[in-house]
Amino acid sequence: MTGPTWGVHGVTFRYGRATALDDVSLDAPSGAVVALVGGDGAGKTTLLRTLAGALRPEQGTVTAPPLTDIGFMPTTSGVWRELTVDENVSFVAAAYGVRGAELRRRRESLLGTAGLDEVGDRLAGHLSGGMRQKLAFCLAMLHRPTLLVLDEPSTGVDPVSRVDLWRMISQAAARGAAVVMATTYLDEAERASSVLVLDEGRVLLSGAPAEVVAQAPGAVFRTAEPTVRSRAWRRGREYREWSPDPTTGPTTGDGTRVAVDLEDAVISASLAKEAARA
Amino acid sequence: MRAMILKEFRELRRDRRTLAMLVVLPVVLLVIFGYAANFTIDTIATRVVGPQADTVAAALPEPFHVTGTDAAATSQDARDLVQDDVADVVVDTSTTPPTAFVDGSSLFVAQTADAALGRAGDQVTVDILYNPDLETSWVMVPALVGLILTFIGTIITSIGLVRERQAGTLEQLAVMPFRPSDVIIGKIAPYFILASIDMLLVTLLGVWIFGVPFNGSPWLFALGGAIFLFVVLGIGVLISTVSQTQGQAIQTAILVLMPQILLSGFIFPLQAMAPAIRWIGYCLPLTYFVKISQGVMLRGSDLAALWLPFTVLTGMALVVFTAAVLRFRRDLAPATGRETPVDAAVPA
Repeated sequence: MTGPTWGVHGVTFRYGRATALDDVSLDAPSGAVVALVGGDGAGKTTLLRTLAGALRPEQGTVTAPPLTDIGFMPTTSGVWRELTVDENVSFVAAAYGVRGAELRRRRESLLGTAGLDEVGDRLAGHLSGGMRQKLAFCLAMLHRPTLLVLDEPSTGVDPVSRVDLWRMISQAAARGAAVVMATTYLDEAERASSVLVLDEGRVLLSGAPAEVVAQAPGAVFRTAEPTVRSRAWRRGREYREWSPDPTTGPTTGDGTRVAVDLEDAVISASLAKEAARA
Repeated sequence: MRAMILKEFRELRRDRRTLAMLVVLPVVLLVIFGYAANFTIDTIATRVVGPQADTVAAALPEPFHVTGTDAAATSQDARDLVQDDVADVVVDTSTTPPTAFVDGSSLFVAQTADAALGRAGDQVTVDILYNPDLETSWVMVPALVGLILTFIGTIITSIGLVRERQAGTLEQLAVMPFRPSDVIIGKIAPYFILASIDMLLVTLLGVWIFGVPFNGSPWLFALGGAIFLFVVLGIGVLISTVSQTQGQAIQTAILVLMPQILLSGFIFPLQAMAPAIRWIGYCLPLTYFVKISQGVMLRGSDLAALWLPFTVLTGMALVVFTAAVLRFRRDLAPATGRETPVDAAVPA
């Protein structure tokens, strides 16, 4: 997919004395989905708001299309709860100058895909959480933006709605939009074209999911009984334990070294950072 | 239970607005009621005109405070002085006995003057202008119009704006292709229109049900209302910029609304307040709208007579509304400050 690459370069942002972003860079090529991953307070929302134009960075540059070409879905979904689904669509369409037959076509297509075509006269505040998130996505997509910024679109959404949402995100990217989305689900991030892992406002890892996995420091072992609890985490019925030295795993249990996936890689990088700090 | 009480105190300690309502408001109310809640008029601004002006002025007892005499002025001049709010009582000595024209639109002053002049018996004829029967409703209805505009302008507007912030849609509006002025005008215009309709409705009902006269120009009244609305809407917008939730907005609006009700001269006469409290009243926009609405409706005053409240209110409107728009704009306009112009995107 050819087209512009949007993003931020060397961006720093502070809330008072707290640094939310520290020299962060991100590229969002057209037709690609970039997943932002990180714990609470990592800086995901600040980065998305900076990219969307809601915040002005103290340092660094933002390369983004005009506001008329940006679609933004905030973490609070950003729908007008006292308006019906149709009224929400009409308001956003008017703001972006989408009208007439084009509006009807896009409304039918988006609401149909999202499964909201039967609830056009329902107040947005009376929709379920998943439906509201899908409506918010429809509003962000209504004007066919070239940059789509989504802040945790699938958080609090049931598995079926998550599938619908991901399908709509993929369709937007396939049409040429650059999609930047924050997510807490690493299985979603694995489906993205690239992943940016943030930790305390800094980039911990970045690249295609396979590259991020390859950057994972140390080694991860599967064990029934972790040796160092602070370096272990649960995966199903067993534990994973990270070791900075690939040759030394847990001394108890079976301690089998495993091939890391994205979740292991992200946790390993966080633990490595903590270990380095200690 | 101990844990519950402790938790409640901890939350209260951090909720400064509720603390202010719990601690500061009772103190403020005590001071205000102590110094402002007074219906007793000690001083009545009085002018004496006509050939015996100086003699009669010297003979006038308390509470009449003579602020000027004019031996050459006529009976019509005396009436004009009352209409222009130059004095609350004007004694015309060209008649026998002298006639005291009393401004009935200043209800408590007029009641006090009427009682004091009544003690003089046949030595003076009392002519109460603009509210001859000293009807309370005639004075209250014009002031109530202002109170209703204040209510809509501050409480309703701030709630409407904070709802947008609370729902996260203000953030959405900030990144939509609206100019900040579009958002501000779009948010405020409905409240301006609704408040204007309310103003018309309350005025018409006041005239129809309570028989309150409307002696002045409706256009001048509308102009005063529009300027006043800009002030109160500005206050509403300012409240919304310092409030994160609708509850906070209501608390702050009540803190702003309370002094307007008590100190604008609408319930307690300004003349009866302690000077320091009276000066707080002079800083409140409702004080000046009450002067305009009572002046236009009851006394039929024109712009020349009401230049002072119009000037002060216009100044307040400019300052408050500009500050409100600038603060609100700050929440909406960060995108314009991007280091890389958004419309000069660089393809990879």
